[in-house]
Amino acid sequence: MNAPVDRMTHPDGDASLARPLILANVSRRRFLQGISLGGLVLAVGYPSAARAQEAKKYGADGMPNGWVDNPLAFVSIAEDGSVTIVCHRSEMGQGVRTAMPMIVADELEADWKRVRVAQAPGDEKRFGNQDTDGSRSTRHFFEPMRRCGAAARAMLEAAAAERWKVPVREVQAKNHEVVHRPTGRRLGYGSLAKAAASQPVPARETLRLKDPKQFRYIGKGQLKLVDGRDIVTGKAQYGIDTRLDGMLYAVVARPPVYGGKVASFDAAEALKVPGVQKVVQIEDSPPPAHFNPVGGVAVLARNTWAAMQGRRALKITWDDGPNASYDSAAFKATLEESAHKPGKVVRNDGDFAAAAAGAARRLEAEYYIPHLAHATMEPPAATVRIANGKCEVWGCFQSPQAARDLVAKRLGMSADDVTVHVTLLGGGFGRKSKPDYAIEAAVLSKAVDGKPVKVTWTREDDLHNSYYHTVSVEHLEAGVDGQGKPVAWLHRSVAPTIVSTFNAAAKNEAPFELGMGVINVPFAIPNVRIENPEAAAHTRIGWFRSVSNIPHAFAVQSFVAELAAAAGRDPKDFLLEVIGPARQVSPEMLGDTWNHGESPERYPVDTGRLRRVVETVAREAGWGKKLSKGRGLGIAAHYSFVSYIAAVVEVAVDDKGVVTIPRVDMAVDCGATVNPDRVRSQMEGACVMGVGIATLGEISFKGGRVQQDNFNSYEVTRMTEAPRVIRVHIIPGDYSKPMGGVGEPGVPPIPPALCNAIFAATGKRIHRLPIRDQLKV
Amino acid sequence: MIRLEINGRRQEVDVPGETPLLWTLRDEMGLTGTKFGCGMALCGACTVHVDGQAVRSCLTPISAVANKKVVTIEGLGTDSIGKALQAAWIDVGVPQCGYCQAGQIMSAAALLKRTPKPTDAQIDEAMSGNICRCGTYTRIRAAVKQAVAKQGGTR
Repeated sequence: MNAPVDRMTHPDGDASLARPLILANVSRRRFLQGISLGGLVLAVGYPSAARAQEAKKYGADGMPNGWVDNPLAFVSIAEDGSVTIVCHRSEMGQGVRTAMPMIVADELEADWKRVRVAQAPGDEKRFGNQDTDGSRSTRHFFEPMRRCGAAARAMLEAAAAERWKVPVREVQAKNHEVVHRPTGRRLGYGSLAKAAASQPVPARETLRLKDPKQFRYIGKGQLKLVDGRDIVTGKAQYGIDTRLDGMLYAVVARPPVYGGKVASFDAAEALKVPGVQKVVQIEDSPPPAHFNPVGGVAVLARNTWAAMQGRRALKITWDDGPNASYDSAAFKATLEESAHKPGKVVRNDGDFAAAAAGAARRLEAEYYIPHLAHATMEPPAATVRIANGKCEVWGCFQSPQAARDLVAKRLGMSADDVTVHVTLLGGGFGRKSKPDYAIEAAVLSKAVDGKPVKVTWTREDDLHNSYYHTVSVEHLEAGVDGQGKPVAWLHRSVAPTIVSTFNAAAKNEAPFELGMGVINVPFAIPNVRIENPEAAAHTRIGWFRSVSNIPHAFAVQSFVAELAAAAGRDPKDFLLEVIGPARQVSPEMLGDTWNHGESPERYPVDTGRLRRVVETVAREAGWGKKLSKGRGLGIAAHYSFVSYIAAVVEVAVDDKGVVTIPRVDMAVDCGATVNPDRVRSQMEGACVMGVGIATLGEISFKGGRVQQDNFNSYEVTRMTEAPRVIRVHIIPGDYSKPMGGVGEPGVPPIPPALCNAIFAATGKRIHRLPIRDQLKV
Repeated sequence: MIRLEINGRRQEVDVPGETPLLWTLRDEMGLTGTKFGCGMALCGACTVHVDGQAVRSCLTPISAVANKKVVTIEGLGTDSIGKALQAAWIDVGVPQCGYCQAGQIMSAAALLKRTPKPTDAQIDEAMSGNICRCGTYTRIRAAVKQAVAKQGGTR
């Protein structure tokens, strides 16, 4: 059996992985389970509480359990010289299991070939915040991971100096050895491991960090993914791959309507299906959903297929509850009605009404984006085993600490007695931040006396019971002067809020949603009014890669292009003019109290950086080049997750209205990079996802039920419709300056850039996504 | 009892004949490299080779592969095309989350066995049944071409 416990991956994928790692004579397993390692773990390291005590905390300081930079939590060195680095963030394709250890290894002067990566269990007290979302891993943990590596390096140097009885200033760690400079003597890391472990952890302020010019790995992009070989040989372990002795396989029939529940059920036929062993009802959780399972009836069997057949044989009568009439077509009209009336004012510069009344011309437009589902290729899956008062959980979790706390709560156990093992995630995109499926597995394991139970969601389950991206109507109005330049700007954003998932009464967008490109738009327009009329939620609303930036950027960047067209201006020049001169704008001046959780001083909105990505992408894409009939270029730029991205999409629309995308250029300014190849790959992926949102993606409801079942009705972009060429242009950064996010901010500019390109190619303006057959003739 | 050959080894399984090959591999035999993505042959994550042909194991009943030769991602590295594709996948840095990549590689391997020097259109057609939600398509195409070049099949 191959329970994916504490997976270790060697960069070269060699077969020696099973060999126990020795660190001060303690096995890696014991290390990872936190059992005392003699000197190493007994040393306290840095207290994670020793952080600035300012009233409002930003960055990693503002996250639950903040950061930890204790080398004893993250680094171990075996007597054979192999170095194990713990990655505490979840790998879902962004490359974090390569990036985080790479930062540590660089400062540690470790030879990457001798580095292994171990995945941390969910334990934020030991490792700091593990909630892998918000495009935060690198920008929040670059500095702590550097300090981890530097501290471990200092401990090795101290141990060597002690061994040689020389002053520590005469020794230097370099490429997996410590060298005594005056004599040229050398000691490998393995031979120093034990002695280094008994050195005190150096005080943070004494650490010598490398000059970025000396980085071996950071910013180079030459290292292959630590999980690459396992992935291409089928050895990689995802949440759905967990196998334990005596494990039962479960699928769950869940209420098809949000807030619905089981009225009655008959399991007799299901229990006759060969392989089916038990049918268990899971208690329903009335709204707000939080991260609770929605309830339903589970079938436990000897394999997944038998469980699925058993589920098919269940006879269930549902009580659909108050959302039984949710209908997305009707709801669109409701949102539009709200968008036509004033709403809660969330930003008000100057006097929109007066400026608009005095404008040479007034324009307005409205944009619609439906619900979306993440549709991670690996559907949600989790396994739980309970024995001797302890519970173990395995699964694909973006937020392992939340899984731990909520499983503990549901089982009435202490979180100390719950261990959450984090597997690879077969896609996350925000869905796997919500560990409802872990709680399901826990409830079911408990129902069978703690036997291991794996819950697997089918694709239909995933699409029918997701935490959906919101649905929104964005209403924009502008008053323009004689040259067509906007002097007055009104944006009404109407969308059910994610907060409704935690507080059913919430009807306004939260600061973290408004701060995703609706209020914090740094345009050089004197009169700006942003309103947020109310919208009720009728399904579970959740985070979806780049979240509210999707509808906001689609509306804002489409509308700017519409204004450019009305003015008869080049869209790129016009966009730059609307952004205005290079300047640093305080987010607070824009009414943005959130600023992606970052300090407004360290992270002002920098229009110079926004201009630069626009100018760069336009130049690289050959903006202004002659194109054949039916082809067009579109441009869009968006600031999100404290990064600046601009995109130029080239489309070809044939005489039947079929859209193909020969090329996309993206310019990204996310500050300095750790792994530029993964920055590129994230942009490429975001581009394809953005194309899918624009052209195909839609979750609709009728009778409270999702109308899409699988990839035949919830279509996602395939190779044939994906851009043929995606070129990513990274603006060089400075390691002394704050970093930006990468995983999400590539998505928002793509739908408007694509629709702007379609306008350039055809003269047809898209106001409603997905495009689907709107261009078909 | 159904007999078949998996990755060169003769095996016997005792499951109802309509049980899909996918779940037999994953749950009964512990070969979890073959992935579940849709259960309807829409996404390609479950692609394996049966007697050299790419098939979607999620819709292939185990009874249909009795006495046949099944190759999964775990067994692909024993032939030169499989090895070349796996190396190219790593070199080009194709995987993001990696979940769909076993199926992608199995589809690509079936293509190259049939068509050693595929055109772009042939690559697109052979790979269009495999969804990658991370959007690695441009790199998949590049890796297939690199594997072709390494195999001496450059166009």
